[in-house]
Amino acid sequence: MSSIGTGYDLSASTFSPDGRVFQVEYAMKAVENSRSLFCVFGVTEYAVAGLLADARSLSEVSREEASNFRSNYGHDIPLKHLADRVAMYVHAYTLYSAVRPFGCSFILGSYDEDDGPQLYMVDPSGISHGYWGCAIGKAKQAAKTEIEKLQMKEMTCRELVKEVAKIIYIVHDEVKDKAFELELSWVGEGNYWILYSTSITTFLWTSF
Amino acid sequence: MDSHHSYSQVKGVSTGTTILAVKFNGGVIIGSDSRASMGESYVSSKTINKLIQVHDRIFCCIAGSLADAQAVTKMAKFQLSFHSIQMESPPLVKAAASIMRELCYNNKEELQAGFITAGWDRKKGPQIYVVSLGGMLLSQPYTIGGSGSTYIYGYVDAKFKPDMSLEEATQFSTNALALAMGRDNVSGGVVHLVVITEAEVKHVVVPGNKLPKFHDE
Repeated sequence: MSSIGTGYDLSASTFSPDGRVFQVEYAMKAVENSRSLFCVFGVTEYAVAGLLADARSLSEVSREEASNFRSNYGHDIPLKHLADRVAMYVHAYTLYSAVRPFGCSFILGSYDEDDGPQLYMVDPSGISHGYWGCAIGKAKQAAKTEIEKLQMKEMTCRELVKEVAKIIYIVHDEVKDKAFELELSWVGEGNYWILYSTSITTFLWTSF
Repeated sequence: MDSHHSYSQVKGVSTGTTILAVKFNGGVIIGSDSRASMGESYVSSKTINKLIQVHDRIFCCIAGSLADAQAVTKMAKFQLSFHSIQMESPPLVKAAASIMRELCYNNKEELQAGFITAGWDRKKGPQIYVVSLGGMLLSQPYTIGGSGSTYIYGYVDAKFKPDMSLEEATQFSTNALALAMGRDNVSGGVVHLVVITEAEVKHVVVPGNKLPKFHDE
């Protein structure tokens, strides 16, 4: 499987001889214990995978960043900047042996009438990238394959919500994975929505 | 806007002043006189610059204590430049005005300076924000400030029209400043105008002998 970093994996302040920081890589493995949580702040939404406690702490950090920005500069924080700030914060925890890296990945999405829809992902190493579509968690490879088949630029939010729900069902392994609850959330022109499991079947039925 | 009684309490150099900003079709014009005074009778400078550039398309007009105004605009210029580099895009006028407001509000006990922040940005186009003495922030289509402004409220209220052309707006600003400088003893010198549009920033100086004359002069 993956190599064991015996001796070089005891703290985040140690490099292995082949230039890897094993603590950060282990943190990325923690993301595969997927447990998604949706938090909403203003017109930005987050989806997270990994250690729930770390995710809650990070979402509090991002709320503070957004709030301070609004207070200082008089307008809502652009998503790219928020993603950068969260990524910088996560990265700081990969530099020292006194702390451990965050064991969660973050997807941030927002809609703004000037910049349109935006999507950013932050992972435990502290990188943030913008995406048209991305997936995190155990089945991310399979999900990414499905996402690549979509023509996102030509689809509406309504159509994409259905596609996303379909993908979650497709990549779920009936044998290996336990029963799951689907939580759906989307943010678009003028508003945001969160759907919990019980409503989803009804929603999907009526939409089809 | 600044009131008369505060000047006796201001130590040192003050800008007994007339400043204004006007939105027109495609940009903003900001203008000021050029006199700095100490007390009611000594002119300490005839050619002071009260239109401070805080970013490529954002200017601040200053009124009140010159020292305080210079300190605040210097700090705001630094913070704005850092903010703009972090955001990788030119700053919003609202952001510049908010920075000024934070500085004025958080230091309201020590400071005695008011500002007009005006400029152009990609998101909302030309904008004007007043940041008053205590740290109030207000957006306006046109605004006047300083001690000389009290003499021209009637003129600007009567003569302002939204969506003026550049020529009309320039005439409006020059007339307003000339009238204020004619009646306020602590405003005078030359008229400085800065025209800010998407394309450029143009600085116009109207010397004393070229100012419009009104019937009693």
